[in-house]
Amino acid sequence: MKHFFRTDAQPSVATRCVLSTLLFALLIAGYLIGSYSRHLENPHDNVMPTLSQMLDGVKRSAFERDRNGDLRLWLDTFASACRFGMALGVIGLAIPLGVGMGLFPYVEALFYRFLVFFDKIPALSVLPILFIIFGLDELSKIALIIIGVFPTVALEAYLRAKTIPQEQIHKAHTLGASEHEIAYRIVLPQIFPKMLDTIRLNLKAAMLLLIAGESLAATVGLGYRIFVVRRYVAMDIIIPYVLWMTILLFLTDWCIQWVIRRRYAWLDK
Amino acid sequence: MAENTYLISLQGVEVSYPKNSHGHGGRNVIINNVRLNIRAGEFLSLVGPTGCGKSTLLRLILGAQCPTRGTVLVAGQPVTGVNRDCGIVFQKYSLFPHLKVLDNIAFGPLLEHTTILQRVLHTPTYRRLRRQYLEAAREYVERIGLNPGDGDKYPYELSGGMQQRVAIAQALMMRPKVLLMDEPFGALDHNTRIEMQMLILEQWQDDRMTIVFVTHDLEEACYVGTRVIGLSQYWSDDAGKPGVGAIIVTDLRTPGGHPKPTAMRSTAEFNALLERVRHEALDPENRQRLHHFNLTHQDALEPAPLSAAEVSQAEEETNA
Repeated sequence: MKHFFRTDAQPSVATRCVLSTLLFALLIAGYLIGSYSRHLENPHDNVMPTLSQMLDGVKRSAFERDRNGDLRLWLDTFASACRFGMALGVIGLAIPLGVGMGLFPYVEALFYRFLVFFDKIPALSVLPILFIIFGLDELSKIALIIIGVFPTVALEAYLRAKTIPQEQIHKAHTLGASEHEIAYRIVLPQIFPKMLDTIRLNLKAAMLLLIAGESLAATVGLGYRIFVVRRYVAMDIIIPYVLWMTILLFLTDWCIQWVIRRRYAWLDK
Repeated sequence: MAENTYLISLQGVEVSYPKNSHGHGGRNVIINNVRLNIRAGEFLSLVGPTGCGKSTLLRLILGAQCPTRGTVLVAGQPVTGVNRDCGIVFQKYSLFPHLKVLDNIAFGPLLEHTTILQRVLHTPTYRRLRRQYLEAAREYVERIGLNPGDGDKYPYELSGGMQQRVAIAQALMMRPKVLLMDEPFGALDHNTRIEMQMLILEQWQDDRMTIVFVTHDLEEACYVGTRVIGLSQYWSDDAGKPGVGAIIVTDLRTPGGHPKPTAMRSTAEFNALLERVRHEALDPENRQRLHHFNLTHQDALEPAPLSAAEVSQAEEETNA
């Protein structure tokens, strides 16, 4: 233990593995103990379902068709993923906008103040407005994610574009590059991997907004489902759904990190 | 030689800022009515004490900054912005970090000879030109002393000296009328620096180009340059009153032929020259009077600095 709080400590691979799984193990163990003791008192307890009950819940949602003949989990995942993907597609446009603001003073003057203000709107508070304007269908839910995340990404791209040294811009001009060539050949490729990071860190915010939208008005979707089954205190469905969403986001995050490491070796060097 | 046959011409160039935000109370003069003609093929070194405006002068020629007054001509045309007439090598941030060495070098020519449509669609013409320029870049990589394999590396994988070699190749690929260099070897160790000096002299000799070379290292300036210019803010008028802003206080032709033999560095003549320029142009304590300036170069012009009052008056007249 005398090495525990040393900046130059070098734990072995085995120690690292144990330490990094420790908290996961404790959480799972704590849950199982709680669930077991509750079921000893009341075999019909549904607040802390046992592992087998949850597996059964997963089986029912993922592999057995419901009354309408649908495999619910996959249907919900697909619906949510579509909304999420469409919103991210639009949010991607924030990157070229941010680059434009960072490079061209006129574009900056036009958008900067507006976006900073826009960014401060608590996105959830405009949800009623969106429902009124766009109705209760897909558009309002996608718009909510965009309103929440677009300004953040655009402003981040703007700040990143500003950090490109003026020397590089001058150099590009001496090499005959035009203004738009500087934007999309010099600045955009250099900030793009960092923008992937920004999007990665904003996945949670986007998901949050998606679930909020789905919980209020939807007929299908991951967020919709957990709020529907909440009425029956169906924890055996809710917990697997929460874990499923977490795993999906975690994997997306991990894939983006992998792409950044793999494709942008020059980054931060 | 008639004035319009000079490749670069600074005509009464002044750079000054208002001392305070409302524009009253006079102006801070950085560069005071500088007149300078540079002929084609010259290797001009620019030295001066810290803060004299060497880099500012270079930025004026580059077009990255506009003079408050006066005109800068490159090849007879007034400079209005940064363009492909001048190549530039900076001390830092010279290369595009996201492009491999060959792509860095081929960047300019490839942009120049292809259209955006060809690049986006990857047309056969684009692919052919790309192959062609990458091949040319590969030849350049060897010419500037890198290993052939270095062409496929990213800039961060190269040492500082190698990066500057690539930056020079990148600029030279465009065959610019003028090559501007702003302390290009300032961050390199002594031996690498000497190697780079040899390299740039070789390139200069091969291509017969015009170079304006800013450095704080006087020995470097006198060794590589055919002409050495000292810019200094420490001078006084003939009455002994300290002047404002930097002017050219030294303008001379370096002895010993071009490029000079390496042995030249240790000769008494060369060291005497260094001593002299160090005293005349680099010593803040030494405020030389106008008529004592060492302006012996054939293209040297008489200095015509303005007084602080004249600068303010000129500005008011412009505004009126």
